[in-house]
Amino acid sequence: MIRKSVSDYPLVILALLLSAYGIAVVYSAGQTDFPVSYIEAAWKRQLTWFVVALLGSYLLFRASVRLVDWMTVPLYWFGIVLLVVTLIFGSGAGTAASMKGWLTIGGVRLGQPAELAKLTVVLMLARVLASRKEAPKTLLELWKPAAVVGLPWLLIMAQPDLGTGIVFIGIFFALLYWSGVSWQLLALIASPAVSLILAFSTGLWGAWFLILIALVLYYRPYMVEGVVLVLANVAMGVIAPLLWERLAPYQQRRLLVFLDPSADPRASGYHVLQSQVAIGSGGWFGKGYTLGTQKRLAFLPAQHTDFIFSVVGEELGFIGVTLALTLFLLLFMRVVRVASRANDSFGSLVAFGLGASWFVHVLVNVGMTLNLMPITGIPLPFFSYGGSFMLASWLAIGVLLRISSEGRGRADSLAV
Amino acid sequence: MSFHPNEVQRRGRAATFILAGAFTFLGSAFFRTQILEHAAYTLQSETNRLREVPLPAPRAIIYDRHGAVIAENLPGYSVSILAKTSESLRGALKELSGVINLSPEQIEAAVRRFRQAPNRPTVILADASFDVVSVLEERRVDFPGLIIQAAPKRYYPDKEAVASFVGYTGEITESELNQRQYRTYKSGQDVGKAGLERQYEAELRGKEGTHFVEVDARGRVVGEAGGRGDIAPESPDPLYTNIDLDLQRFAASLFGDTLQGGVMAMDPKTGEVLAIHSAPSYDPNRFIGGVSTQYYSQLRDDPRRPLYNKVIQGLYPPGSTFKLATAIMGLEAGIVTLDDQMPTPCSGGYTYGNRYFRCWEKKGHGRVNLRQAIEKSCDVYFYQLGLRLGIGRMTAGGVSLKMRDKSGIDLPNEKQPLWPYATEYFDKRYGTNGWSNGVVLSLSIGQGENSQTVANMARFYTALATDGSIVRPEIVRRQTERTRVFKLTPEVMSGLQDALAGVVSSRGTAAGAQIQGVRIAGKTGTAQTGVFRNGIELNHAWFTGYAPADDPKIVIAVMIELVPYHGSNAALIASKMIERFLKRPTIQGAQLEGD
Repeated sequence: MIRKSVSDYPLVILALLLSAYGIAVVYSAGQTDFPVSYIEAAWKRQLTWFVVALLGSYLLFRASVRLVDWMTVPLYWFGIVLLVVTLIFGSGAGTAASMKGWLTIGGVRLGQPAELAKLTVVLMLARVLASRKEAPKTLLELWKPAAVVGLPWLLIMAQPDLGTGIVFIGIFFALLYWSGVSWQLLALIASPAVSLILAFSTGLWGAWFLILIALVLYYRPYMVEGVVLVLANVAMGVIAPLLWERLAPYQQRRLLVFLDPSADPRASGYHVLQSQVAIGSGGWFGKGYTLGTQKRLAFLPAQHTDFIFSVVGEELGFIGVTLALTLFLLLFMRVVRVASRANDSFGSLVAFGLGASWFVHVLVNVGMTLNLMPITGIPLPFFSYGGSFMLASWLAIGVLLRISSEGRGRADSLAV
Repeated sequence: MSFHPNEVQRRGRAATFILAGAFTFLGSAFFRTQILEHAAYTLQSETNRLREVPLPAPRAIIYDRHGAVIAENLPGYSVSILAKTSESLRGALKELSGVINLSPEQIEAAVRRFRQAPNRPTVILADASFDVVSVLEERRVDFPGLIIQAAPKRYYPDKEAVASFVGYTGEITESELNQRQYRTYKSGQDVGKAGLERQYEAELRGKEGTHFVEVDARGRVVGEAGGRGDIAPESPDPLYTNIDLDLQRFAASLFGDTLQGGVMAMDPKTGEVLAIHSAPSYDPNRFIGGVSTQYYSQLRDDPRRPLYNKVIQGLYPPGSTFKLATAIMGLEAGIVTLDDQMPTPCSGGYTYGNRYFRCWEKKGHGRVNLRQAIEKSCDVYFYQLGLRLGIGRMTAGGVSLKMRDKSGIDLPNEKQPLWPYATEYFDKRYGTNGWSNGVVLSLSIGQGENSQTVANMARFYTALATDGSIVRPEIVRRQTERTRVFKLTPEVMSGLQDALAGVVSSRGTAAGAQIQGVRIAGKTGTAQTGVFRNGIELNHAWFTGYAPADDPKIVIAVMIELVPYHGSNAALIASKMIERFLKRPTIQGAQLEGD
């Protein structure tokens, strides 16, 4: 292999633009009428992390995809160990004070291992799926991919961090899809989850069950699988209320507020309502950079982390929102392109998995600010203040650049 | 995995399709929120950040008939606080009470105010002293939600002398807030509580202005709201009354601190109330900004009942001042003339049935006609006139002379006088056989089932001072409302008026009340109360009359409550007021004409 130089300029430029945009908004998030020094200075730390992240990204770019492949298994287990350690010794922070998401040693918060796990799970799952000649066709063949995701997923749900759990599920489905698993099988796997949600309304659940039966009859899986699936759906419908009981009160409230934010406007619904007010009052052009009143006067919660996109909406208006969403869309399309042109299945799966992970983040985080999604505390890539995530995102960019430079896209561009 | 380029291309296209769909969905959601629903969210955002600080409006100034000030507004300060929740308010108040003195009651009152209007600044001190204000101004940084503002403060320069009619203002209560008439009021605002302040609340109340401040999510005041200008408060037009402040002050001074009772002076033709005073009085200024518990309980527990308006709320037997009503009934019925004598001469008493009814003059008046009976106030004469009238004509006569009606004065809470509506009254009260004609004897001299307000007696005498028409008393000029209550020939009328003038002459019961150059007409009354002090029975001493006798300019009713005196003493107060009113050089009038 010859020495690679960065060639996928659109990818780098999009990521740089998003990071610059993000840091600028983190700066604005600290500009309030009664400043909180920690948040006021957040943009400087974010900038420092960005520089560190660029270095890390470059290092990973220098590593070949082979090396990454080779490191996947140890990295994956390292991530699992960190998650276990976090579960035992971890601490909460900020709005998620009741969760054990931070790896803390001697009172110093080192980072959130879940961010690392998102990367390692993508790698590991890609490795497992790439090792097969054919895409899994039956449920039984899915046990290994399911285990790869299931183990860290359980550890994260135990923190409990519902948001990151959702990201893992998104990665799982995205990679199965990209590896060629048929959409019918994906629908069947997803069916118990749908049952779980619909179980709260007997009518809806009944309707879904009929659709499921029709699906099973049409798709004709093996007898055992079909029965297992149907039973799983029945079981989910039955245990859903029990699971609901098991949820922590704040989680229950968040879900209820998602269904109707005005039900509890002063407490749990407050965040969502204030976020909607901030975004809605932004209009076409916003109230001006750093001038959002909802943010300045502390009506907006977690304005530098979970609800940072509300600041974009309030201060830069629909134009600013459209710009940010367009940058994300272009980035994701570029990632799909990288995945499509990767020269081996591992690289292709890794690229698609990394993109899918961001996509779930953006969808859930941005959706949350408008109450299209429940509040789960998922950060917005390149925007939300947080060192681990910035580093992880740029490490992913590094890997993507490498995959891109080894892929066919490079050859194409040379041919021109 | 199946990694054939064609398949990967297909999946890539599908993925791009899903991406485009998801982002279109997000984009349209933002379009709806930011563009289509922009106005509603902008309003909500403004409501979030802006707090309306009310700018209290000064109440209308109240003037007397010559332009002298009865009620005005002095500069004052109010202290209020913007809080988000009652808990945060409590916290702030707790901190504040370390700096200024706040009683637990004041804190509870503030929390109640907050609950009623959580979006308005909660008033803590409606009338803060300059010392408190300067202390708070110094430490303003420590209390970010604190609002100190100029608040006009009601002031009555003549204090006790005007309290009886002007009343006072106070913070609106929770129960008042629930009433329909106060639906535009908000917690913490002032409202007229008594007297004219209450009667003319709608005219006196100013229009509150608004000042906008910007607050953060915790209710801390960030600064003035840029772009949102103040709405200035509006002060209403002054309220002009018919009161003659000089006469009012003089009346109050005549009662002083020792006498208790009431007086009302009015113009017999127009009904303009020139003076109205109830003694003892109170200082209405001490009610402004919240009356102290100590002062209020002192007033409440005073046996002389200073908070009770003896002119319009006190009901007293009118005594001999009522004899004119009996006389009018007899004259109108044609059963007596001014010169008629009664069969039985006055020997100091009169036997009816098995009961002996005494005359106030133990020596007796001998043979007197109606004219002399009025001058001397002979009870025996009126007993017989009452018997001649009979209970039916007596009760009906009282009703048509408006002895059952309120005077209609423009003050709140006037009491209705007590007078039997008909003979059935006694049947119902005592049973058909439970009463005798003897009641008519008591009624004929103003005793018995007859309790009148001072205001109503003054109104009755406006009919005697004119042509038999009573006029509604009016403190603030309204439509003059005159009602004919009896009709006598001019000769009989002037004869009756002569008899009334005879009362205040060397022949009459109020001989001592004569003044140089002015003929006064009127009638004394001494109503027995059955209350004894040091072995002497206490009376309500009345005088009701007018002057000058030939061209009445002023009607006065005076009642001194629970004194060992007689009506002649009340006549002295009336004559002094008449002298003051008629003989005073009209400087103000001259000035007004000169303008």
